[in-house]
Amino acid sequence: MSKRRVVVTGLGMVTPNGLNVSSTWKSILAGESGVGFIDHFDTTDYATHFAALVKEFNANDYMPAKEARKMDTFIQYGVVAAMEAIEHSGLTITDANRDRIGVMVSSGIGGLRGIEENHEKLLNGGPRKVSPFFVPSSIINMISGQISMMYGLTGPNMAIVTACTSGVHNIGQAARVIAYGDADIMIAGGAEKASTPLGIAGFNAARALSTRNDNPQAASRPWDKNRDGFVLGDGAGVVVLESYESAKARGATILAELAGFGMSADAFHMTSPPENGEGAAAAMKNALKDANASEQAIHYINAHGTSTPAGDIAETRAIKSVFGKKADQVAISSTKSMTGHLLGAAGAVEAIFTILAIRDQVVPPTINLDQPDTECDLDYVPHRARQQIVDAALCNSFGFGGTNGSLLFTRFTG
Amino acid sequence: MSTIEERVKKIIIEQLGVKEEEVKPEASFENDLGADSLDTVELVMALEEEFETEIPDEEAEKIRTVQAAIDYVTAHSEE
Repeated sequence: MSKRRVVVTGLGMVTPNGLNVSSTWKSILAGESGVGFIDHFDTTDYATHFAALVKEFNANDYMPAKEARKMDTFIQYGVVAAMEAIEHSGLTITDANRDRIGVMVSSGIGGLRGIEENHEKLLNGGPRKVSPFFVPSSIINMISGQISMMYGLTGPNMAIVTACTSGVHNIGQAARVIAYGDADIMIAGGAEKASTPLGIAGFNAARALSTRNDNPQAASRPWDKNRDGFVLGDGAGVVVLESYESAKARGATILAELAGFGMSADAFHMTSPPENGEGAAAAMKNALKDANASEQAIHYINAHGTSTPAGDIAETRAIKSVFGKKADQVAISSTKSMTGHLLGAAGAVEAIFTILAIRDQVVPPTINLDQPDTECDLDYVPHRARQQIVDAALCNSFGFGGTNGSLLFTRFTG
Repeated sequence: MSTIEERVKKIIIEQLGVKEEEVKPEASFENDLGADSLDTVELVMALEEEFETEIPDEEAEKIRTVQAAIDYVTAHSEE
């Protein structure tokens, strides 16, 4: 069976750097950090006092208060990003096409705020005090559910949960749903809001977060020798994927082609990658194979690059094993240096940055990379964005549980 | 001090996101005010909270209109 081509026709995001795509992209190209001190709870007893928070977001600006109240914050972010992406795509949803449009937007963690609030009600007031909306406002697939209800989309409705690879896996598998013919258009991505007391405490306990409390904006420093963990980030990214035939028929603007998708597992450790990065390498190789592309064609990699001591070295080794002697000729950057790590939304937000890099022929920078680790010796585009040719690019995500994914986007040339 | 009727109406307006003029005595939560079954459960919980009372499930099921809510609270509030 021949696969149908899949293209990108709409983008939407809510990030620590902006409440939509254009403001976020402007901030990213300017090399701005979205990191700041946590002010929504007392962090005195926590090892980490900062995160990359979404600023000045009010769900009531986008939907009736009655609806917003029934969504945990991560769901609000996901729904708002989807609203922007659908509007951007110019898609008109009618009775004739609604069953050919599906949704795959998820989260890595889900509704921590709702879990915390309702557990407190349970402890203080007993089971009768738990909200009837606790379960439906916290579960991870409810972003997909809410988007489908809002727009009347009756195509496939799912949510892949694979920790920090969730966003990439949703986009990759949504493309396969289109390629296979189960839908013509898919709304896909990820959303996250894990910067709650339980979230920060949990990631602190796992020794995963940076504790650079004296300078939060310098804390996310992928590949730098003084990196000490990742910075938790909140937000959402959603793309509209579409079969080439569908996009062409309605005269949509095609932003890029999703040419390949690769997956793999480390089968190694709950939270650490193998030192040689072989699982990450396999995901990239599988994406190249899926696109029937040579590694020589890749001009840019939006890396997973979380700023953890082990992860950054493993990904560098993985890139070297895939690209061989030409590894130092590929532009690589970690936008997490600016947005923090959006966990289940990371892959979706970074897929959008990758698509925009192709659209605008510019590579976003890795900020805070002052003194590269001796084992991290590739071209990570330090400090400043770079204008260059970007015809094809990879977007990597790797998650707890050893789950890997890589998307390959190309400039659409007809 | 607000009357019971005013307090009940205020909660209905907040919980269901409706306008004050819609909250007529005969208005049904589900048929007239756009509530679903979960909204109604939450509305009853809000009434319990406001009036510091506990409404048994079998009684809660009978509270389907604005007037029924006012009547229940009036009958069960300690003056």
